[in-house]
Amino acid sequence: MTFRKYLVLAGVTLCASIGDSLLSRGMKQVGSISLNHFSDLILAVLNPSVALGILLLLGFFASYMIALSWADLTYVLPATSLGYVLLTLIAKFFLHETVTTSRWIGVLLISAGVGFVTQGPALTHNPAKCQEAASEPASARNQP
Amino acid sequence: MKQAYAWSAIAAIVLASTTGDVLLSRAMKQVGDVGELWRQSGIWTVLGRMLRNPNFLLGVLAMTTAFYSLLFGLSWGDVSLIAPASASLTFITNAIAAKLFLHERVDHRRWMAALLVAGGVVLLAA
Repeated sequence: MTFRKYLVLAGVTLCASIGDSLLSRGMKQVGSISLNHFSDLILAVLNPSVALGILLLLGFFASYMIALSWADLTYVLPATSLGYVLLTLIAKFFLHETVTTSRWIGVLLISAGVGFVTQGPALTHNPAKCQEAASEPASARNQP
Repeated sequence: MKQAYAWSAIAAIVLASTTGDVLLSRAMKQVGDVGELWRQSGIWTVLGRMLRNPNFLLGVLAMTTAFYSLLFGLSWGDVSLIAPASASLTFITNAIAAKLFLHERVDHRRWMAALLVAGGVVLLAA
């Protein structure tokens, strides 16, 4: 894992959490959408918060695709869940919301999960890389 | 009735986003390391390879389905139920699907990570 790769993971985390909160705010402004008015759902993108949220989610998608090109799905998903922790910290220190004890426990659990997964290897199965490894001499593979 | 709507939205989100994640992960492994490929052959080669990959296109379709199910769900039900329930369940279904379909080595460390994050997400909404 290089510094650049950590930056990509940070991009996934930031874009997803900020994008989601903007979407949530925008959809509350738009209000309830019924199945009979399906077109309302498409018009919802005209709301500025929804539009900006979608833009950030595109940024999320790009960095997510880059991360998945060199890391396992079961590595990328937990590693980028720090966004939830970030949202809680923003709520506490910038929006001055009350954060309950159970939420702090949630923050601890997520942080522990991120700690667990990032200590392991980023990639465990890649058909292309497996073939390369098989063609390498055994001594090269055994080196730490 | 609203509750039933909410849970069917959650089920749709979890199913669609797990399918999407697995397909996209497989597609990107087939495309190769984006950073390296970009340096060697440029951004258009990367985009070309992605857009010609059937798994990528199906993955995007599944993700779009998940996204619209989420928008529907958010407008019907409580955001405090739908967002954490679907996010939390997706961490677990993804760990199972990655093991089954992507043959990732989901060891104790990764199971712990998936379960801790899933539990943490539920607690954050409590």
